[in-house]
Formats: sequence, structure tokens, C-alpha cells
Amino acid sequence: MTASPTRAPPPEGAGEAGGAIRPIVAIAHLSKSYRRGDQVVPVLRDITLDIPPGDFIALMGPSGSGKSTLLNLIAGIDKPDAGELRVDGEDITRLAEAELADWRAAHVGFVFQFYNLMPVLDAFENVELPLLLTSLGKRDRRERVETALALVGLSDRMDHYPNELSGGQQQRVAIARAFITDPTIIVADEPTGDLDRKSAEDILGLLRRLNSEMGKTVIMVTHDRHAVESARHVTHLEKGELVAGDGEKVT
Amino acid sequence: MYFKLVFKNIFRHRLRSLLTIVGLVVAILAFGLLQTVVHAWYAGADMASTTRLITRNATSLVFPIPIYYRERIKAVDGVKAVAVSNWFGGIYKDQSFGNFFPQFAVDHDIWFDLYPEFRTRPDELLAWKKDRSGAMVGRQLADQHGFKVGDVIALKGAIFPGTWEFTVRGIFEPRDDTTITRQMYFHWDYLNERMKQLFPKRAEYAGLFIVQIADPGRAAEISRTIDREFKNSLAETLTETEKAFQLGFVAQTETIVMAVRIVSFVVIVIIFAVVANTMAMTARERMAEYATLKALGFGPGFVAGLIGGESVMITVLGGLLGILATFPVAAVFKSLLGSMFPVFQVAPGTVAMQAAAAVGVGVLAGLAPAIRAGRVKIVDGLRYIG
Ligand SMILES: Nc1ncnc2c1ncn2[C@@H]1O[C@H](COP(=O)(O)OP(=O)(O)OP(=O)(O)O)[C@@H](O)[C@H]1O
Ligand SMILES: [Mg+2]
Repeated sequence: MTASPTRAPPPEGAGEAGGAIRPIVAIAHLSKSYRRGDQVVPVLRDITLDIPPGDFIALMGPSGSGKSTLLNLIAGIDKPDAGELRVDGEDITRLAEAELADWRAAHVGFVFQFYNLMPVLDAFENVELPLLLTSLGKRDRRERVETALALVGLSDRMDHYPNELSGGQQQRVAIARAFITDPTIIVADEPTGDLDRKSAEDILGLLRRLNSEMGKTVIMVTHDRHAVESARHVTHLEKGELVAGDGEKVT
Repeated sequence: MYFKLVFKNIFRHRLRSLLTIVGLVVAILAFGLLQTVVHAWYAGADMASTTRLITRNATSLVFPIPIYYRERIKAVDGVKAVAVSNWFGGIYKDQSFGNFFPQFAVDHDIWFDLYPEFRTRPDELLAWKKDRSGAMVGRQLADQHGFKVGDVIALKGAIFPGTWEFTVRGIFEPRDDTTITRQMYFHWDYLNERMKQLFPKRAEYAGLFIVQIADPGRAAEISRTIDREFKNSLAETLTETEKAFQLGFVAQTETIVMAVRIVSFVVIVIIFAVVANTMAMTARERMAEYATLKALGFGPGFVAGLIGGESVMITVLGGLLGILATFPVAAVFKSLLGSMFPVFQVAPGTVAMQAAAAVGVGVLAGLAPAIRAGRVKIVDGLRYIG
């Protein structure tokens, strides 16, 4: 499918017996530029990258190198100019707006730097939100939300509103919201960027558990040296291009 | 969850929402009151019967018609009954506005048969018919001045000189809220008799005739027949339906009514601008939330519905309170302006217009922000936070 080989062994249980592993995210010759006036600013140039299922990959690079842009393309909230982008075999660059929305609801869990919870909904309702797009009944939703909030350690804060929670707690709610639909990939753009060391550790611990215990593929943009240690792989972006060191296993 | 989101969003900026709702209440209230004023203006015409015609002097209402016309009109095919009515214009106590009320000298024997909207007691009606100087007063008038059966009302004649005393023989009640009962009726014969003694030349004249017809469908034809009857005579007549006659009165003040009407709509336009501005501001602040919802997979319709729904919910809330406030405020107006507007009633049509204005303002004010919210590009919207 793509020329670029998968360089790291997949995590246990995620691969197909015997054969080559189909990457969960397959990016080929992807490029993206922004137009500012009559000036075209290239942001991503000919990106080719495979992410195997069950991976936990950290995207690093200087500010403005295009990390968020790449993550947004993978998450299907932005469109590339050229290239191919398959997630779990589906070429999402070909999906229409409405199809893409449905696809995101089913396949992507989002974690943002500033949590992006709905301020008028309490923790329970915030986590329940993505489930409203599924066919689950009220009772099933309640069960799932309670389980998810227990997993992030917020069972006793279900009826708290975002402004009644600390930053770390809000991000834990956001993580619960991200995996509640059992998505194919979880994308996190600087999930610890706004948190203190301790809270950041909690969040990274949760992401590691999602990855290792639930087998979720996690794609994380970060500046944080500590955060990188949680990842299985690191990819570096510079001026819109992948640079050497890409894919190296972190110890 | 949708309604929860919409509802809770209203209370995020308590002060802003409160001010907007207060503005809406005032606007919808003002709109309702102004519309009610317009209605009050036309009330006399609305209650006019379709089976009554008015025959008056063609030159002007101030010129009388000879009383003998009555018999000739009665002879016209399709006419059931004819009654005379003279505007008396007497002064009660003093010339102040509050003491003014209309008095009419009428054909006592058939008058209340022509006006079924005035409810009389048979014994009182009989007593009135027997008393040459007796008077029937309307319920509103009686309540205003405390007139009771047996009271004597003294009027100073302005058009018909002298001091005139009438004994209240009965009080007539309105059939419904649109019936005006702020006037007094007495015997035309009594008026005519005294005029014969004092100013014989002015006797035997009618101010106008009320012509009762059997078939409202023939109103135009009968009117023409009556007027033809008196063509080229000393006093030519003009006959029209009671409604047209009343509207003729109203028409003189039409420009004021029109101004009131325009102001009432201007009020709505202003509140629309206020709500539209509020919603645009609100939507702009929440772009990151709309982008987040869209990222999670919610469609543009859902997102647009949030802000559109909020707009409509606010205006419906404000409109509802405004409509509820209209009734007590209209009641206060009525007590203050009762002598000017005998009928000051919030019509169902007015309430419907208030409701439509509120919903309309909500929909239109929410439209542009809703479309913008629905179309927000996720990556752009998310930037609003960072
Ligand atoms: N909507 C846009 N319009 C124009 N230029 C944009 C837009 N979004 C991003 N860019 C440009 O694209 C480049 C990459 O942006 P991006 O947000 O992907 O960087 P980043 O690596 O995430 O940086 P940071 O670490 O600061 O978040 C930047 O130079 C930015 O100015
Ligand atoms: Mg970024």
C-alpha cells in the first residue's frame, strides 16, 4: 500500500498472524498549504507515514512545524491538498462533509489542550455527548458513562460542571469522552500543555492505559519531554517535513 | 440534551439574557398596547350592525333633515323600521373632558328594538317609555358617575339652549365587551316639544335616521333607493351602512391611527436589532464549542439549531411575559383613558400578532448566527480557545 515500511514491532495482540500488518493510519505523499492573500504557505510537504494498530505515537517538532495540521488531517477535521490518507483502510480524503462527520463520531476520540468541554453540561453529560450520536439507549449510555468516569477516577464528580473541576480533572473528563465510543484512534493535541507536572502525569498514565490495556491507537502532539516517554514511537516534524529519527523506539 | 443545552445556554450570561428579555417584554407589551389603541379606535365601527343603515344630510352631518322623511324612508322596500336620533351635546356639571358623555334624543318606542346589543330590563324599559323626560343610561356611564334609577341628571344645553333635567329610568347593559355603553338616550319627542315652544323654526328636524333593514345583502341597493327618493329636494340625503358611517368618523383621525400603527412596528424592528446583536455576540463567543461539537460528529444542523433555538427560546420567553403583562397594563390604561376609549380591550388578534412578532424576531435574529455557527470550519473554530 505504501512504500514506507513499519519499523517497529506492533504491540502484542494487535498484529495479524504471519503476514504484514496493515497500518491503522496510512499516510502517503500528503501535503497541505494555507493561502494567505495571494501567497501560498506550504504547511505539510509530501508526508508519508504509517502508524501500526495499537501504537502510541508522539509527534514532535518546533512551533509552526505543522504538527497540529497533520493531526487534524488524520482526525478528519481538515482536508489535505494532495496525497492519500487511510484510516483503518478507509480513504478519508474522499469522504463528503456529512460522511466525514459520521466517520469521526465512530472512529475518532479527541483530546484537546484546553479540554473543550461544554461548560453548561456536567461531567456525566459531557462524557455522554458522543453517545447521543449512537443508537444506544438511555440505560446503556448511563452504564457506559459511569464505567468510563470510574476508569478516569471521577466517579464522585459526575455531577460537577467543568468550572467546578481542576484542569487535570477536566482533561480526565475529556479523555473519558474520547474513548466512550470505543474509537479506532485517539488524537491528542498537547493534552498536557496546560497542566502541572502531577496532573500531566495522570493524563499520560491514562493515555498509556488506553493504549496498553484497551489496545487503542493513540496519536499525540506534544512539546513535553516527559510526555514523549509515554509513547512507543516518536516522529519529528520540521517545516512541514518528517525528519530523521522518525519512528525510533523510545525507551 | 438539545433542549438542555439550549436552555442552559440562555442562563450563561444572566445579565445579558435578562436585559434582552426585559427589552422583549417591553417591546411586545408596547406593541400590544399600541395595537389595542388602534383597535379601540375602530371598536365603534366593529360593533356596528350590518342590518342598520344611517341616513343623514348629504351636505354635512351638522345639518339636520326634516322629520317627515321618516315616513317616506319607512315606505322604501326592504326597510323594517326607521328611528330618529339627534345629537344633543348637553354639558354635564362642567365642560371638563372627564364629564363629557354623549346624549341622544331618539325614538323611544322602537330604539332598543333596533339595538339588541343593549340589554334592558322590561320593567325599566316600560317605565322609560312612559316618562317623557326619562332617560336610559349605559352601564359604563352609570358606573362612572354613580347614576342610579330615579336620579335626576341636569344638562346644560349647548346646541339646544336651556337647562334640561332627565330622570334615570333604566340602565342598559352591554351584550359583550365590544358594546359601548357610555351614552344616554332620551325621548326625541321631549326635545321636539320644547323646541316647538322655544324655537319653532328648529323643531321637527332629525339629526339622522337609523334605518333597519331585513337583509344585509341589500344594504347598498336600499341606500341608493333612499337617497334617490330625496334627490333634488331641500335636504338631500346620504345613506350608508352603520359601519361605513362610523369609519367615516374614524377616517378623520386616520393619520394618527396610522402613526400609532407604524410606531408599533418600529418597536418590533428595534427589538429585532437588539436580539440579533445579542445572538451574533453570543454565537461568536461559542465558536470553539460549536467546532468541538462538530469535531465530535454533530452535524451543522444541530449546531445551528443550538443558537437558533436559543434565539427563539429567548424571544418566546420575552414574548410570553410581554403578552401576560399586556392585560394588566391595558386595564390600567382603560381606567386612565376610559372616557377616550369606551372599548379598550386586548383583542385575540392582537395577542396572536404579539406571539407572531416574538417568534418572528427570534427566528430572524437567530438566522444569521445559526448559519455562521453551522458553517464554522472546525479547525478555525477550535482556534478561538487557544
Ligand atoms: N488557518 C490557517 N491559516 C493560515 N495559516 C495557518 C492556518 N493554520 C495553521 N497555519 C500555519 O500553518 C503552520 C503550521 O501550523 P500548526 O498549527 O500545524 O503548527 P504546530 O506545529 O501545531 O505549532 P504549535 O506547536 O505552535 O502548536 C503555521 O505556520 C501556521 O501559521
Ligand atoms: Mg499545534
